[in-house]
Amino acid sequence: MTSLVIRGGHLIDPAAGIDAPKDTLLKDGRVADIAAPGKLKSANGAEALDATGLTVAPGLIDIHVHLREPGQGYKETIATGTAAAAAGGFTSVAAMPNTTPVNDSPEITRWMLAPERNASIRVFPIAAATRGSKGEAINDFAALKSAGAVAVTDDGHPILKDNIMRETLAAAARVGLSVIQHAEDTRMTQGCSMNAGPTAFKLGLRGMPPEAESSLVERDIRLVTELRDARVHLHVAHTSTAAAIAAVRQARRNGLRVTCEVAPHHFLLTEEHVDLYSTNAKMNPPLRSAADRDAMIEAILDGIVDAIATDHAPHAVHEKEVEFEHAPNGITGLETALGLCLRWLHREWKLPLGRVLSLLSAQPATLLGLKGRGTLAVGSFADVVLFDPKAEWTYRAAETRSKSHNTPFDGWTMQGKVRYTISEGRIVYTSA
Amino acid sequence: MNATAAPARRQLQPPPVAPSPFPYNPGSLLSVQDLSLDTVSHLLTRASALEAMDPIERARILAKRRVALLFYESSTRTRTSFELAAKALGADTTLVSSLSSSIEKGETLKDTGLTLHSLGAEAIILRHKASGAPWVLEQFTRLPVLNAGDGMHEHPTQSLLDLRTILQHLLPGLTTVSADTLSGVTVSIVGDIFHSRVARSNMFLLPRLGAKVVLCGPRELLPEIATTAGPGITIERDFEAALRQSQVVMMLRIQAERLAGLQLDLETYKASYQLTGQRLATLAPSAVVMHPGPIIRGLELTAGVADGPQSAILEQVRNGVAIRMAVVERALTAHGARA
Repeated sequence: MTSLVIRGGHLIDPAAGIDAPKDTLLKDGRVADIAAPGKLKSANGAEALDATGLTVAPGLIDIHVHLREPGQGYKETIATGTAAAAAGGFTSVAAMPNTTPVNDSPEITRWMLAPERNASIRVFPIAAATRGSKGEAINDFAALKSAGAVAVTDDGHPILKDNIMRETLAAAARVGLSVIQHAEDTRMTQGCSMNAGPTAFKLGLRGMPPEAESSLVERDIRLVTELRDARVHLHVAHTSTAAAIAAVRQARRNGLRVTCEVAPHHFLLTEEHVDLYSTNAKMNPPLRSAADRDAMIEAILDGIVDAIATDHAPHAVHEKEVEFEHAPNGITGLETALGLCLRWLHREWKLPLGRVLSLLSAQPATLLGLKGRGTLAVGSFADVVLFDPKAEWTYRAAETRSKSHNTPFDGWTMQGKVRYTISEGRIVYTSA
Repeated sequence: MNATAAPARRQLQPPPVAPSPFPYNPGSLLSVQDLSLDTVSHLLTRASALEAMDPIERARILAKRRVALLFYESSTRTRTSFELAAKALGADTTLVSSLSSSIEKGETLKDTGLTLHSLGAEAIILRHKASGAPWVLEQFTRLPVLNAGDGMHEHPTQSLLDLRTILQHLLPGLTTVSADTLSGVTVSIVGDIFHSRVARSNMFLLPRLGAKVVLCGPRELLPEIATTAGPGITIERDFEAALRQSQVVMMLRIQAERLAGLQLDLETYKASYQLTGQRLATLAPSAVVMHPGPIIRGLELTAGVADGPQSAILEQVRNGVAIRMAVVERALTAHGARA
């Protein structure tokens, strides 16, 4: 099959402990060799990619995206969503099950993985934990796993009943799947459209209290503790409150397998960015207080956070051009994640580049058990991103590859321009 | 995945909030927070001038200009007074209400606004259930939008007419205001603060003129966070203590339509917060009693108080027409549009 040699770049592979100039040989969809510049053997005949001045890193992995298929193709398709992902440097995305119908079956999981979907990069479906995500009847996790599901969740319909959540955690552990919880006690958030606090009061909007998130995280951690089964893995999606992070921190100290992700908007923006009812600043969990936002940054810098995940949630323009209370939750994020992480986490807040990349590749791969991903060790999948770490550029939502452009980051300065994205040896994105 | 001990807190410099593009149209009145005290003075002055003007001459000001009233919620005072105000200035008005229009068929606020724009509307007066709706309408039509009440958020013309009423009682003849015009004046706002757009507009406006705003009500209807709405706002849970210090008492209706499942014991509420003749006579015998309406006699206040000598409720209604004439004039005339 094909082979590709990447020459002259600076390789950063946190999982392999490499941060040095290296040439990389990709062959038959795998990493075939890594060597000092000019020292690659058997690279003869391979197509060459000049990576001078570029950082070469494992392709990025986003474990929380909404690709909207099946059923909501007017917002996004697997083809458009993965094209946007490739443009953002991602080579793997994990797709949430809140599709129409809900992905609660092996058939839908397989449908999402079929070649007809024209995915640019690798898609890993996350299946619904319960039938129709209604929080009542638990799905057949073994069947879902063999169809290709990498985790289970009811995402936007969090599992509130203790017994159902306990059973979900136990059943998923038996087949080696993680349980992802969108932590929101929805009994506390009825009719709410932003974070509870001074801004919500001033805007006359009902607010979601931070406790709606943290109380459910605490409940879930209690259930993990009670199960006393080392295989149980709870992953807290899009953590947004200081109290929830504190609960995760404590669970880790207690030796539990509890992980968490944070979205770029939660470490960058606050409820004040809702401004005068900007629907592109409406998502769930909502933008929180400055103290919560600071807690997200601290937790990332301290190593409590296991992954940066975008919660890419495309919505059609007309759906967002409405009264704030009526607008759907969510923003796009695949094309802005790397640029924001480098601009803010790395440049502004001095998180070493290797750690930023680890949060976007190695750690999420480990978290979901994606074997051969998140590293460029020889034998791994040839999932690679090449970016110019110094380049500054302005994000233009109108130029997105996604079907939707509901983002609060339109016009923002990004750092680090993706030049090539390579998925299993194929170049799936190139920019001049 | 290893947790490490938290290091000393770092000094974090987060991204700033971009300046807001609103209002797009200088004739709009979306929020009292957009009004400078000069503009407030201008509106008060014009309200008096327009009220005193010969009706024939007044009707030339906006002769044949088109003003649309777009109402997604029922209204008696606000709708009628806006309509009378626009007509008094000579404008043609048209009323679109959500129950007798294509809104029932699912037409969005944006499309309704664009339709009114195409029909020749030069300004839109909007009453809407959703907080923030006037911003949506203004963004997509770029017309002058007058906020006639948006959800729980604001009711700017109500607070302007309340201000006019307060000035008439405490400082008769004054139409020019400054940062100390109401210094030494305590205004108590009593009752369902959380759901009230009137309360919000007044607590945003009156402290800027030096007034002390005291909010009074039970926790379910008045969260502690209300004091963060701005400087000069405090909470006093004891109604009688609030009355004792007030020159102005604004009573509010419990907004049953916005309670969202909240259960209130009305008898307990009345025992604590009803404005009775006896409370008024003993604790605030010279205070001005106000209410934005509609009043529920026998609930937040007794019939005797509503009809009594301290009540300014009907003056507020009259002032509504004068203030709304000034606001509609500002929306549609160049000199009025100076912000």
